[in-house]
Amino acid sequence: MSDVIEIRGLWKQYEVGFWKKRKITALQPLELTVREGEIFGYLGPNGAGKTTTLKLLMGLAFPSGGGARILGLDHQDPAVKAQIGFLPEQPYFYDHLSATELLEYFAQLSGVPAGERKRRVERMLARVGLGDAGGLQLRRFSKGMLQRVGLAQAILHDPKVVFLDEPMSGLDPIGRREVRDLVQQLKEEGRTVFFSTHILSDAEALCDRVAILNRGRVVTVGEVADMLAKVSESVEVLWEGAAAVAGIEALGAAVHVSGELARASVPRVKLDAAIDALRGAGARLISVTPVQATLEDYFMQQVGASEAAAAEARA
Amino acid sequence: MTPLPFIAYNTYREAVRDRVLYNLIVFALLMVGSAVLFGQISIGIERQVVINLGLAAITLFGVAIAIFIGIGLVSKEIDRRTLYTVLSRPVRRWEFVLGKFLGLSFTLVVNTFFMGLGFFAAVFYVCGGVHRGDARLLAAIYFIVLELLIVTALAMLFSTFSSTLLSAVLALAFFIVGTFAEDLRGFAQMVTGPAHWVALGVAYLVPNFASLNVASSVAHDQPVAAHLVLANTGYVLCYSAVALAVAVLVFEYRNLK
Amino acid sequence: MNARRRVTSVAAAVLVCALAAQALVVRRLDRIRQGAPLEEMLYIGSSRLLRGLSLGFRGLMADIYWTRVVQYYGAKRRVRSVNFSLVYPLLEITTDLDPHLMVAYEAGSIFVSQQPPNGAGQPDLAVQLLEKGIRNNPGQWRLYFDLGFVNYMDRNDPAAAAKAFLEGSRVPGAKWWMKVTAAAMQSKASDPATARMLWQQMYETSSDERVRETARMHIVSLEVDEIVPRLEERVEAYRSRTGRYPANWDQMVQAGYLRGVPMDPTGKPYQLAASGRVEVQVPGDFPFATAGLPPGVKRPKF
Repeated sequence: MSDVIEIRGLWKQYEVGFWKKRKITALQPLELTVREGEIFGYLGPNGAGKTTTLKLLMGLAFPSGGGARILGLDHQDPAVKAQIGFLPEQPYFYDHLSATELLEYFAQLSGVPAGERKRRVERMLARVGLGDAGGLQLRRFSKGMLQRVGLAQAILHDPKVVFLDEPMSGLDPIGRREVRDLVQQLKEEGRTVFFSTHILSDAEALCDRVAILNRGRVVTVGEVADMLAKVSESVEVLWEGAAAVAGIEALGAAVHVSGELARASVPRVKLDAAIDALRGAGARLISVTPVQATLEDYFMQQVGASEAAAAEARA
Repeated sequence: MTPLPFIAYNTYREAVRDRVLYNLIVFALLMVGSAVLFGQISIGIERQVVINLGLAAITLFGVAIAIFIGIGLVSKEIDRRTLYTVLSRPVRRWEFVLGKFLGLSFTLVVNTFFMGLGFFAAVFYVCGGVHRGDARLLAAIYFIVLELLIVTALAMLFSTFSSTLLSAVLALAFFIVGTFAEDLRGFAQMVTGPAHWVALGVAYLVPNFASLNVASSVAHDQPVAAHLVLANTGYVLCYSAVALAVAVLVFEYRNLK
Repeated sequence: MNARRRVTSVAAAVLVCALAAQALVVRRLDRIRQGAPLEEMLYIGSSRLLRGLSLGFRGLMADIYWTRVVQYYGAKRRVRSVNFSLVYPLLEITTDLDPHLMVAYEAGSIFVSQQPPNGAGQPDLAVQLLEKGIRNNPGQWRLYFDLGFVNYMDRNDPAAAAKAFLEGSRVPGAKWWMKVTAAAMQSKASDPATARMLWQQMYETSSDERVRETARMHIVSLEVDEIVPRLEERVEAYRSRTGRYPANWDQMVQAGYLRGVPMDPTGKPYQLAASGRVEVQVPGDFPFATAGLPPGVKRPKF
């Protein structure tokens, strides 16, 4: 399995201010590899540099240094463009066109042969669930519909690699589910998907590997399964009896009380001590459930750690 | 197959759907109005007035369209980010610039063509038929198209690097100074020192519209020399090439927001 | 990266070539337009329309039109043209736009009244222009001077000239010699001495370079016109005394007819021809001279 995307030391610095004196590094030198056929999640809080990275890869902005290769070619090589698709964040398309006209235009630009275009466009529209809306002018489209058009134009020309920037943004749960299904299909078709998001549950569900970005720097890269394993070390204890609250809190766990019931998330290693505390206080244990590890936990952990490190560095 | 023609056609389509061609209605009304007016009164120089009025209107409408649409050609796409999905495709930046230019130019040619029809209709009506000098009117209209090409190229150039307001001001400034470029060169000959070089520099920097304004002479049935047509065509090609080359260079290196 | 570099170099090359080509074509266009017909040059023939269109920049438009006058006049003079038909219409528009643009009246009247290839040769129109100037600027004595000048020199109307000089002498700030010149007009018909005086006055009071240059050329030509006949008189006197023409100036000096070798206003010695004619060495120095010219060189009377 080859490396489809290789990012080597790519970084970007902007000069801001009226006299262009202040420098802001939007992206620190980035080293990243994405393998063929995987769904790669690019995570991070807002402003972390995710969109900057994508703009650099797409050639919309130019790197201050470093480089990248896509499908073995330099990322700025025009030949690359024919084999990749891109969905920008909150896409905006030519208002005056209908969905069909827009996709036909993009098909023309992507070099889809003339005879093929119409059929391909119809198929794409049906695939993203806009089969009936082809003739409608884009200015009448809802946000969710625009997002789907965006996806359609990204895969229209049968690209090997698809780049998506916040593909679920602005969608209702149904829309999000549909996009997730589509991304899964793309993988099944053998394409590589690189998508950025700050919705971690989506990443958790879809991605093989993720990178977490904060303040322009990659905090961690790895398989999702590994990350989840690292955090699923807690259990949730549910009991009845207010007296035991103090004892559990003494173990360092936060307790939520509602009426007579109380629950707390306790690290697995402290479970025995917690149960002892409850029994000692005369509380009635109701249930002990393993906490479902989420990527969010891992994310918060990592980002929190990097923030602390940054604060320390500044101090 | 280069995507240039597709970009050009899309630009043309956008202009048309933007109802820009509705200006033809206003122009038609103007022509009809003046023709009817002269049907009622006779002042002896109806032909001159209709020709001057018509050509001036064609020029002004054309320049207005060239500027209003031209200044947004690139900047609007950058602001609205419609460019993102275009440039992620195998479209080279210079192809984008040229495609947009050709699209707007084509729009203006079509617009001028229809205006030309209305114009000739008005002239025939007022003069009661075809005259010997009418073929020269075609030359005048051709020169107007050339003028519009320059204005379009300039507006597009400004669009690649500045906001719409500044672009509009610059385009208008170049148009006005360009109208007097010949006088500026004459002035440069009269003075010495730094004023001479500044005037000369500006005079060669702005477009030279004086030689493209043959409205007065065709109104008086003066011929338009063939080598003037040739020289003007060559000039406009060169000047537009300069403007477009700069536009291509600016856009090639621009980081999109 | 390579693609970008290629685009940059192609675009830069196009830029430079087209820029150079553009400058060349513009020069060609300027040359084509030298022979442009009347209507084109005027661009908008009606001053009323132009006034309206100037949107309050009338003064600027007047200046622009004045530069066109100068350009046009200069270009025509350079090619020694006989057709200066646009000078007066352009001046009319200029002074319509700005009735107080003095240089347009003062220098313009000379451009109009002088004979081709030094002007349009239309002194009547020059008078019209100056009268308009006087109407709009009654406090400018110099306009009266110009009026008198044109009437005397170009229209051969000493009476009108005298009247102009007299009226002008009454304007506050007028030069003291205006009255004197008025008197000179009354007594003489057009003769070189008076002409020289007027041209001298013109030279001293004009602020326009072109007019001063014309005045200078007239002055030296008139000097030649005055001196040459007197020299020829003395040569005749020598011949009647000695029975033959002098071979050179030295002989005349030795015979006591001259104090030294006579020099023309440019400092070159006059030439003594075998036939007793006195000639200037370089006729081109004196474009307006009618005397002292080698045979075969014809000049129109100024």
